[in-house]
Amino acid sequence: MKKALALIVLSFLFTPMVKAQGFLSKSEVHGNFELDGMYYQADDALGITDSIINGNEFGFNGFADIIYTLGNFSAGLRYEAYLPPIAGFDRNLDGQGIANLWASYTTDRFSITIGDFYEQFGNGLTLRTYTEWSLGYDNALKGARFVFSPIDGIILKGVYGVQRYFWTKYENNNRGIVKGFDAEINLNDVFNGMSDSKIKLTLGGSAVSKYQSDQNPFYKMPKNVAAFAGRFNLGINKFNFSSEYAYKINDPSAINNYIYKPGAAFIFSGSYSTKGLGIYAQFKRVDNMSYKSDQAVTSNALDINFLPPLIEAHTYMLAAMYPYATQPNGEIGFQIAINYKVPKKSKIGGKYGMGVSINYSQMNNIDRSAPNDTAYIGQSGTMGWNSDFFKFGKQIFNRDLTIEIDKKFNKKFKSTFKYIYQKYDIATIQGHTGEPIVNANIAIIDMTYKLTSKKALRWELQGLWTKEDKGDWAAALIEYTVSPHWFITIADQYNYGNKHSNEKIHYYTGSFGYTLNTMRIALTYGRQREGVVCVGGVCRQVPASNGFSLTISGSF
Amino acid sequence: MKRIVLVFCTLLFCGYVTSQDLNKRNNLPSINIKNLEGETFNTKEISNDGKPIIISFWALWCKPCKKELDAYNDNYDDWQEETGVEIIAVSIDDARSTAKVLPYVSGKDWDFEVLLDPNGDFKRAMSVNMIPHTFILNGAGEIVYQHTSYYEGLEDEIYEIVEKVASGENISGNN
Repeated sequence: MKKALALIVLSFLFTPMVKAQGFLSKSEVHGNFELDGMYYQADDALGITDSIINGNEFGFNGFADIIYTLGNFSAGLRYEAYLPPIAGFDRNLDGQGIANLWASYTTDRFSITIGDFYEQFGNGLTLRTYTEWSLGYDNALKGARFVFSPIDGIILKGVYGVQRYFWTKYENNNRGIVKGFDAEINLNDVFNGMSDSKIKLTLGGSAVSKYQSDQNPFYKMPKNVAAFAGRFNLGINKFNFSSEYAYKINDPSAINNYIYKPGAAFIFSGSYSTKGLGIYAQFKRVDNMSYKSDQAVTSNALDINFLPPLIEAHTYMLAAMYPYATQPNGEIGFQIAINYKVPKKSKIGGKYGMGVSINYSQMNNIDRSAPNDTAYIGQSGTMGWNSDFFKFGKQIFNRDLTIEIDKKFNKKFKSTFKYIYQKYDIATIQGHTGEPIVNANIAIIDMTYKLTSKKALRWELQGLWTKEDKGDWAAALIEYTVSPHWFITIADQYNYGNKHSNEKIHYYTGSFGYTLNTMRIALTYGRQREGVVCVGGVCRQVPASNGFSLTISGSF
Repeated sequence: MKRIVLVFCTLLFCGYVTSQDLNKRNNLPSINIKNLEGETFNTKEISNDGKPIIISFWALWCKPCKKELDAYNDNYDDWQEETGVEIIAVSIDDARSTAKVLPYVSGKDWDFEVLLDPNGDFKRAMSVNMIPHTFILNGAGEIVYQHTSYYEGLEDEIYEIVEKVASGENISGNN
């Protein structure tokens, strides 16, 4: 009996091992990678000569991300290489190494992460770290992050660390230290009586501080810059309202020309949604709200917060010609959108229904007056300006009206029609000083014809008409796809309306690619037009180029 | 002999407990994202009573993603009837357009659940790089298939796999 007892005890002792083994078998490794290679060649029409190319024939960006998970524990690393960076990416990226290394432990109530991490408080008005490979953007915090949920419906977060600045190591306070705290409470989860309520209410608040030693020889700088924000999300039946207001104490910087004015940002959104119809309106105001962990930096780096550009994101070739970027020193504007599905079997809707969406947005400068009798607007070392909160400035940065119609004619044939009107202050947004405001009309037809159940042909016709900038453009694209593996695309953008006859250039490209599950390889040959590539409001300038580009990507 | 049986039984019991523990939840990382009502939603809560799940990452700025989801929506009634599959569309739109997702989805009249991943936390944890990126989970919540990009007709291939998963066929080698 004793022996039997001992055996039972032993086998129970053994149990954790069995469990641990089961546990170990649950460990997982996964990740993803991408290699982008470019080969540049001379092109007289684009003004790229052999001597410019000489020694810069190749560009190579690559990363590989690996994540290891074992139950509640996970850890990961990301290797990046820019040898050298592709044209248009920040030259500071030149190099290679482990860009990102982290480990975390997460339970239902608690999570801790050390190393490089990404976080967003609310809409990001006080803090957002993220990475966007296509832009070479990464402002990850290196430090620690705690998340604690004492009861369902309450989430508390604390972060501290220093931000990534390309490959530059943090030392001797060469950039600021960021600390942040965020709390979010969902009243429906916290109060039992509200759990089935049709009113859904979430409240949140955050506080962030940046510490940077005063290294400016001219001005006395605040060493600690604090920012605060409050927000809510309220759902009542088919209505949804959300808002966030952020405030930042004075933070003189190279971006705001070293003024001592406090900053503020405000977003309010309201929407109505019902089956087949969504209506949306948004108001936004930004006043001196750039917040970076180094006062002297003006490039796309070291941003602590994120100021979302509230505007339709265009992806069609010519529609993406004039992309808007948030003006952190001041902008005020609104956006209205309607999405409607004309019902199936109605006169206009036809057999499949028809999608209609209309989007209008406008962003103006904020109204400014001199801070006092002896200073001019924006003068360094002063309070910068006075501004009425709801007053629109006279200068229009951007205006965009987009009308889109989606129509499926039959099982094989469907199309998208798009009309866009844009007004674009190219001098302010792209820094082309002295150039007149662009007024452009854009029309797009995108048609898809299914040849068989797996083969399809898609073509686009696009036109952009403007008297300003480079004048009129026409574009065409044709694409043939064989699901799930193959695509081949030929496209041309022709600047036929350019005032200078030697700049009436065809930007032709041809690409083909192969996809196997998550592995993808694509090869493109042709001309890239000079422009701005924007993703989620951050943009990078892309120079004109000619050559081959190869992309290999996958995840596992 | 008695002892061996005893040990065997204990181990069996332990094994049972263990496997029960492990099967209780899906095999996805535990990440807090949001639903369209703005409420926090943990990705461990994604489940479908032992039936297959399609998770598709998309964004408002991604035209092929929207085409893919339209194609799913056109077939969703039939698919659900035949296999009980559930579709979850995870939008990676950031603060620029998160508030636009709900009215867009209503305007589209999509019938499946849409979640918001505004800072890409779930996307990173799932090693998603390019979108559209679609996962198929089996009844035990394990990822058995994934695919990036959308071409016309891909929905047929996706559904073939869903059918195999629903009938209990082991296709994990396909991953």
